[in-house]
Amino acid sequence: MKVIEAENLTKRFGQFTAVDHISFAVEKGEIFGFLGANGAGKTTAMRMLCGLSKPTSGKGTVSGFDIDKESEAVKKSIGYMSQKFALYEDLKVWENLRLYGGIYGMDNKAIGPKIDELLQQLGFESEKDTMVKSLPLGWKQKLAFSAAIFHEPKIVFLDEPTGGVDPAARRQFWELIYDAADRGITVFVTTHYMDEAEYCNRVSIMVDGRIEALDTPKNLKKQFEAENMDQVFHQLARRAKRN
Amino acid sequence: MKSVIVQDIKRNYGKVEALKGISFEVDAGEIFGIIGPDGAGKTTLFRILTTLLLADSGFASVDGNDVVKEFKSIRKKIGYMPGRFSLYQDLTVEENLKIFATIFETTIEENYHLIKDIYQQIEPFKKRKAGALSGGMKQKLALSCALIHKPVVLFLDEPTTGVDPVSRKEFWEMLDKLKHQGITILVSTPYMDEASLCNRIGLIQDGNFLKIDTPENIINQYENVLLAAQSDKMSKLLKDLRAEADVHTCFAFGDSHHITIKKESLVENGGNFSIEKLTSELSKKGHQGIHIEPIKAGIEDCFMELAD
Repeated sequence: MKVIEAENLTKRFGQFTAVDHISFAVEKGEIFGFLGANGAGKTTAMRMLCGLSKPTSGKGTVSGFDIDKESEAVKKSIGYMSQKFALYEDLKVWENLRLYGGIYGMDNKAIGPKIDELLQQLGFESEKDTMVKSLPLGWKQKLAFSAAIFHEPKIVFLDEPTGGVDPAARRQFWELIYDAADRGITVFVTTHYMDEAEYCNRVSIMVDGRIEALDTPKNLKKQFEAENMDQVFHQLARRAKRN
Repeated sequence: MKSVIVQDIKRNYGKVEALKGISFEVDAGEIFGIIGPDGAGKTTLFRILTTLLLADSGFASVDGNDVVKEFKSIRKKIGYMPGRFSLYQDLTVEENLKIFATIFETTIEENYHLIKDIYQQIEPFKKRKAGALSGGMKQKLALSCALIHKPVVLFLDEPTTGVDPVSRKEFWEMLDKLKHQGITILVSTPYMDEASLCNRIGLIQDGNFLKIDTPENIINQYENVLLAAQSDKMSKLLKDLRAEADVHTCFAFGDSHHITIKKESLVENGGNFSIEKLTSELSKKGHQGIHIEPIKAGIEDCFMELAD
């Protein structure tokens, strides 16, 4: 089953074509890496897929909803987490989860037990009443991810989720991603860590608004005769003309 | 000569100990990297050295001047690029540069040679407001502004955070050129792969240095037995390796898993660990295409060993 489908998706700002006729599909439960240099058009593409920005032309569906005509339904069916903003620092751990659950329209009675269940899974019961601002960064990121999938969305968008996190915590975070994918949640993730590209089922690389490569990490390395994804990325990103 | 001297600097924010008594020195003309995750104390350290924040105790000097008693002299001769973009968004590229030059009583022309390579890349946009630049261009403008008065020491607080791998590489090439102009560079980063581009590094976590040395020495001092493992089921392999009695730690590292072996399991300590034994245990658990080999540690492996 396809959870994301994009067909010639395009976004122009005046004369500038930020996203230039991209087409791809993401399967249910897949971890899909969305890579590209700064300014390649990743954020613009992601904003369209999240229903936050209307395409200039082309079509796209996310969890079966049209991203242009049914953007509200799209927003309800997804989870989103970015490194820059994820949780309210001045709210307690449980209050953040309560807020997310409410925003996504979960049943009030279901939220309480679900919070306890989640905190237990994370081994985090003792921090239920802790202010988010006093948690270590690694924990915040894990909690932010859990909040983003608290309402059991079909798909979760992660925008550079591991920036600045220490090496061990960064890897523990990816294990949470694997668990979510095993439960059938589709993961759409951007990152600047090329070792993390290896953890994705498939990876696309954007250059100047277009998808220049899309395949499994293994096939991409073969195609570009590269030892690792870092070399693949360098070969492609060096082709960029703009910026 | 020492460009920077730090002796037992401590700084708390309320109950939080941001810096727990750190000491190090930076030689003139070297690139010194401060490498560690968010919250380790990197920015606090930079703000103390750039005389924007007072330490609770300890001593620090920059280019021979005390950061407390002689802060005015320091401010005249250092360049500082904070982690957060701090230029004037409503002024153009050229106006920003001119302001910085004027404040430091110099002109763009006088030191143009220093910033030429970097500034030329954004010069076509010099009439554009700084707020309307892309991330990469903002970074180049910020570096130009930090350099325009020919600083003796340059402080760069996470200049490459959120920057893609290709642009990061280009940025480090620029730093190398500046080093050859005789400028001492203190740079912080959360990206461990940038360590090899520094002359010396300090690995920092929770307000303490775990280690200060050249990247090569830190790697050579790695103590564990480190192996890279692959099989046809990488996700299952992670769990199965962790369940092995001889395995101390196991983490995903790109296309393989890095594992360390418990000290007591090694043959020289009376244990009976071998790669063959581990391979056969894993094939019993259903893995195929198993490949395990000893490897040399990288800086991330070292950081994880030291933080363990």
